[in-house]
Amino acid sequence: MAVIEIKNVAKRFGDYQALHDINLTIADQEFMVLLGASGCGKSTLLRIICGLETATEGEVWIGGRRVDHLAPKDRGISMVFQNYAVFPHLTVFENIGFGLRMQKLPNDEVKRRVERTAELMHIEQLLKRYSGELSGGQRQRVAVARALAMEPDVILMDEPLSNLDALLRLEMRAELKGVLAESNTTAIYVTHDQVEAMSLADRISVMHEGRIVQAATPVEVYRNPAERFVAGFIGNPPMNFLPANFVDGGKWQVAGQTYDGPAEANGPVEFAIRPEDIAPSDMGLPAKVRLVEPLGAHLLVTCDVDGAMFRAVLESDLQVKVGDLLALAPQADRIRWFDTTTQLAIA
Amino acid sequence: MSTLYGKSEKRKVSRIGLLQAGEGRGLVHPVDEGLNEGFDSVDHAVCNAAAFAYPKSFVPEFDLGSLTFFAGFAGILTALKNSVIVAAMTMVMSIAIGAPAGYALSRFDFPGKSLFRLLILLTRAFPLPLLALPLAVLFIRTGLDDTAFGLALVHTTLAIPFAVLITFSLFSGIPIELEEAVWTLGCNRLTAFQKVVLPLILPGITASAIFAFVISWNEVFAAAVLTIENRTLTAFLLQNLDTSPLHLKFAGGFILVVPALIFIFAVRKYLFAMWGIANR
Repeated sequence: MAVIEIKNVAKRFGDYQALHDINLTIADQEFMVLLGASGCGKSTLLRIICGLETATEGEVWIGGRRVDHLAPKDRGISMVFQNYAVFPHLTVFENIGFGLRMQKLPNDEVKRRVERTAELMHIEQLLKRYSGELSGGQRQRVAVARALAMEPDVILMDEPLSNLDALLRLEMRAELKGVLAESNTTAIYVTHDQVEAMSLADRISVMHEGRIVQAATPVEVYRNPAERFVAGFIGNPPMNFLPANFVDGGKWQVAGQTYDGPAEANGPVEFAIRPEDIAPSDMGLPAKVRLVEPLGAHLLVTCDVDGAMFRAVLESDLQVKVGDLLALAPQADRIRWFDTTTQLAIA
Repeated sequence: MSTLYGKSEKRKVSRIGLLQAGEGRGLVHPVDEGLNEGFDSVDHAVCNAAAFAYPKSFVPEFDLGSLTFFAGFAGILTALKNSVIVAAMTMVMSIAIGAPAGYALSRFDFPGKSLFRLLILLTRAFPLPLLALPLAVLFIRTGLDDTAFGLALVHTTLAIPFAVLITFSLFSGIPIELEEAVWTLGCNRLTAFQKVVLPLILPGITASAIFAFVISWNEVFAAAVLTIENRTLTAFLLQNLDTSPLHLKFAGGFILVVPALIFIFAVRKYLFAMWGIANR
C-alpha cells in the first residue's frame, strides 16, 4: 500500500554520473519494471529506493513519507537479490521468518506467516532444509518468500530470475506475476531482459545512460517508442531505421518509395518500422536478401535496403533465398518517425 | 643484556641448577638435591647412549623416560602456564584488533587502502632482534617487562598481519548481498553482523585465533629477552636445554613441536585458503 515518488534523484560516483535527475512516480500496487542494458543505472536507482545507496541529490518518498534519510529496515520495503542471498546457516523456515523474528513477532504468528508464504511459493516441504541443499530455483523461491513474509508496502527485485536457467525462468516469471498480483504490494523489478519486462510489467521504465527515456505500458513502449534508443532496444529484432527525405506536404521519400510522414521538416528525419510489420508485396522498399534464418513460425530475413541493414519477419511458407530481390511494404499505421538530431519520436 | 634487568639472579640460579641436573648422571657429578626427584627414575646413561648411537636403528626405542622427567622438572609447569596465558592473550587481542581491520578491508573503500594492506605486512619486515633492545627498554620504563601482558603485546604485533589477512579473505568470501539482505530485513549494521556474518565467519575466526595462538606459542626470541621469571615454555626450554644432555634436548623439542603440530593440523584448511590454494 504505497505510492513511490522519486524526485530529481541524481547519483554520482566520483566523476561518473550514474543517474541524471530521475523523476518517477509509481502508483500503489503497480508493477514497475526498470529496463535497460547493464550500466544504465537501473540497479543504482533500485538501491537508492531500497536505501542501500544514498542519492547525491533528490528525494525518495514512499507512501507519503520522505525516506531518503532512513535505513533500509525503516522504509517498509523488502528486497529480492539477484544471487538470492539466502542465509546458509539458517533453515528455510528461519530464512523466511528472519525478518519476522527481527520484528519480535510471537512464535505462532511467525509460524503462521512463514507457512503461508512457503505454501504460496510451493516450498512448504523444504522448510527444514538448509540453503546448501536447495537448487537455484528453490533458493529463489525462498528469497521471494522471505520478502513476501514481511508483508512489505513495496517489494524490490534486482534481476531475480537472471541466475535461473531458461525454462525455470519462464515458470518463475509466470508464478511471480500471479503471487505479486495477489499480494497487493507495489513492486519494482529491475531487469535487462525485455521479454521479462514486457510480460511482467504494468509499466516499463526504459533507462539509458542514467536517464529514464520512457515510462509507459509495455504495449505503448513497444508500439510508440519515445526515443530512437527505445526503438532500437526493444523488440527482437528491434526496429529498422532508414533515412528519409522530405518531399513536401507531409510526403517523405524512403529508399525510392514515398510515405506519409510529419507535415514539416526540421532537420534530418529517420523512418522506422518493426520487422514484423512488413509484408512482401508488388510495391515496396526494394530489398536484396542477404540472410535467411528460419525461426519455426517465421522467417527472419536480413536484407539490404538502400545500403542499410533491414530486417523483416515474414511468413515461414514464403520461398525466399539469399540474393532474391523483394519489395517489402510496411504497414502504414505502424510507421514511426524519429528526429535524427534530437533522437525523439515525431508524433 | 642482563644489566638491563637487575633480576638476573634467578636466571643464573636456574641455569646452574639445570647444568647440574643435566650433567648429573652422564658425567657422574654430584646431583643437586632439589632437582633429582623424578630424575632417578630415568636411566640417563642409556638414553644418552641412544641419542649418540651411530648408526641409528630403524626401529627406535620407545621410552617415555625423558618426557616424564620433563613433566616433573621444576618450573616447567609454571612456564607451560605462562605460555598458555600469553598465547591466549595474543589470540584474543589479535582477533579483537585484526578482525575489524579485515572487515574494513573487505567491505569499505577508503583512501590508502592498498598502502594499508602493505603496511600490515611490513610489521613483519623488522627482525625481532632489531626491535628487542628498544622494546626491552620501553617495557622496563612502562613496567611491562617480565609480564605476560607485555609479551602478549609483542606477540599480538606478530600475529596481527595474519589475523587481518585471514579475516579479510574470510569476510570477502561472504557475499555483500547477504549483509544487504539482513539490512532490509530489519537489522542495522551491528545486529546484521551478529545474526548473519558472525555465525558464518566463526569457524574461520577460530582458525585465525588458533593461528595466533601458535605464533605466540612458538615465539622464543621476544619471550627470552622480555621475561625473566615469567618465562614461557619456549624461552624456558631454550634457556635450560642449552646445557642439557642430548636426549633431554630432543625430548624438549618434541614437547614444543606437538601442540604446534596439532594446531596447524586443525587450521590447515584456512591456511591453504589464505595462500590461495583451493582446498575445499
